[in-house]
Amino acid sequence: MVLRIATAGSVDDGKSTLIGRLLHDTKTVFEDQLSAVEKASTRYGDGSLNLALLTDGLRAEREQGITIDVAYRYFATPKRTFVVADTPGHAQYTRNMVTGASASDVAIVLVDARNGLTEQTRRHLFVASLLGVKLVILAVNKMDLVDFDEATYHRIVAEATAHADALPAPVVLNPLPISALLGDNVVDASTNMPWFKGLPLLDLLETIEVPGDHNVGARLAVQWVIRPYSTEHHDYRGFAGRLTGGSLAIGDLIRVLPGGQQSTVIGIDRGGVPQDTAQPGEAISVQLADDIDIGRGDVLVAAVASEAPIVTDRIIADISWMVDKPLETGSRWIIKHQTRTAKAFVSAIELRHDVATATHSPAESLGLNDLGRVHLNVSVPLVIDNYDRHRPGGAAVLIDEATGMTCAALMIRDSE
Amino acid sequence: MTMIDSGTQATPAEIKQSVAELEDEAITIIREVAAECRNPVLLFSGGKDSAVLLHLAAKAFRPGSLPFPVMHVDTGHNFEEVITYRDMLVEQYGVKLIVASVQESIDSGRAVEETGPRPSRNRLQSVTLLDAIAEHKFDAAFGGGRRDEDKARAKERILSFRDHFGQWEPRAQRPEPWNMLNAKIRPGEHLRAFPLSNWTELDIWRYIGIENVALPSIYFSHRRTVVERNGMLLSVGGPVVLEAGETPFEETVRYRTVGDASCTGAVRSTASNVDEVLVEVAAARITERGATRADDNFSDSAMEDRKREGYF
Repeated sequence: MVLRIATAGSVDDGKSTLIGRLLHDTKTVFEDQLSAVEKASTRYGDGSLNLALLTDGLRAEREQGITIDVAYRYFATPKRTFVVADTPGHAQYTRNMVTGASASDVAIVLVDARNGLTEQTRRHLFVASLLGVKLVILAVNKMDLVDFDEATYHRIVAEATAHADALPAPVVLNPLPISALLGDNVVDASTNMPWFKGLPLLDLLETIEVPGDHNVGARLAVQWVIRPYSTEHHDYRGFAGRLTGGSLAIGDLIRVLPGGQQSTVIGIDRGGVPQDTAQPGEAISVQLADDIDIGRGDVLVAAVASEAPIVTDRIIADISWMVDKPLETGSRWIIKHQTRTAKAFVSAIELRHDVATATHSPAESLGLNDLGRVHLNVSVPLVIDNYDRHRPGGAAVLIDEATGMTCAALMIRDSE
Repeated sequence: MTMIDSGTQATPAEIKQSVAELEDEAITIIREVAAECRNPVLLFSGGKDSAVLLHLAAKAFRPGSLPFPVMHVDTGHNFEEVITYRDMLVEQYGVKLIVASVQESIDSGRAVEETGPRPSRNRLQSVTLLDAIAEHKFDAAFGGGRRDEDKARAKERILSFRDHFGQWEPRAQRPEPWNMLNAKIRPGEHLRAFPLSNWTELDIWRYIGIENVALPSIYFSHRRTVVERNGMLLSVGGPVVLEAGETPFEETVRYRTVGDASCTGAVRSTASNVDEVLVEVAAARITERGATRADDNFSDSAMEDRKREGYF
């Protein structure tokens, strides 16, 4: 029911203006917010209502007229509820785009009609492909500044489509011409572009169908073991976590990984309320028939899973590097995968992705905003899935032990 | 109960499902922080968001008990009904309550009372909060903050890092791809955890209705003697002192937020139960902070400035 959207574009492509326009035209903007924006528009601009100020919430952003950090906005129409991650297009652009895209159903990639496809656009399409964003809307913005010219629009769409087809995992584009500033094709169909027969953006967002998650069979990474030790619940041992991959029911046979023991589900609670079955996404606790040693980090897997996960301490992953300090072969990091935290050693940097050409080249190290592929040795076995088959089992982050900073997002592709 | 909703055409079943998804997300966050942190605490103000937060935290560990204490940063400017309610909940949930007192911070010289005609203790809370976090060696504090509340909050992570000075640095936030939470900190640093990040005011009220979450009585309409100041209705008595030319009057009001009594305003309302509040919230044209918090209306970065100083 909720559609999660990430926006991406270069600096000045008009992302914040577009989101401001969506919020404003869907009447999501409250009167006090609007009057604050009116006041700020006078201070930071020429006085005409600057809708970007609705999302650029930090003082430095207002002063510099840029977006610094991912901002989340919530709005609803009678048909759907939306969460928008507004991801900035400069400095830490890849890190922000990866973060925004990681939890999104749809990515809106903005292109300035005057400039056409830039390296940033190609980068955004590449990130969408790498992160497995299911739907991409290519919004060719500022059509008012190219006289709403149909040929310009088609040229940009053709160029973007050619790039999208060449990506490691091809991305299907839903293109449309807009003017975020004037509102053309945002909420209402544009009268300036009668040649465009598609839906305006909001109609598209309201009706677009998100493909369901791939069913690999139930997985539950144990977060916490509930042991009440009370008289009433003396023998209760609940393995708490979020169910992913498939449904689970009382009576199901499960395996505990990496250990390999088997048992049967005898109880499922959600928020302390017993239920017979659980669906993916639900935060539950599971009781088992046998007294097995299970702790945080272990994964309960349906014994008859349609696709069994891999248990391995050697992984191959695509990586988005997010900090200034470079990633080098032989370096050591903390890896967090599902509910397991362990040490990881970079045994090889296989390649660096060239986002502009959708090709790759050998690399000695990876720097801020680089995308690449690495091989890691992990101090303990992890229970992994291919990221494209089962996202929670294929996603991980690297943390710098010295600073505590999150340095990388990993999309696990395989074991070594 | 009937769910009336002018904001969407969602059916009661769809509303229940969307709120249940938010609950799953919040419980997952609460369990994760409890597991990764050595000594977390849940900040409880007596307001509706912290009531929902406590309700969720209790559910996350059921049938076990809450594995961390609850802390109230007490400004001394309280609504009596809220304190009664707080003590009732502590009893009901069987949780350990810590009260960190702003008055004690003032008495010990750690904080200085604002002077001038309309002193507020809102900013002073940050001093008391940071001192209490240091004193009890808490490494994480759960808060009921939501991203829809304020434009600075819209930028905040679910697990928000605070340096040695308790400060929030928006440019140095840790990315959270796939909402994966990184709880790694060094001694002296701490984390703020916001399980309600993705909830809106409407979601909170829907949840309160569906789950029958108890609230302080002042959230529902009642008669109260108030004074109108800068378009805001402030309760007369306690920290609000009448100024020259001000005439108090009786009005039917309720509170949309509950904070320091000196700067939390009431709104005119006849909504006496959750269903009626839901109708009101769905039709509201002013944000809850804009309508009820004098402290956020000082400047367009008031919340950002307070957050940088260590505010909730």
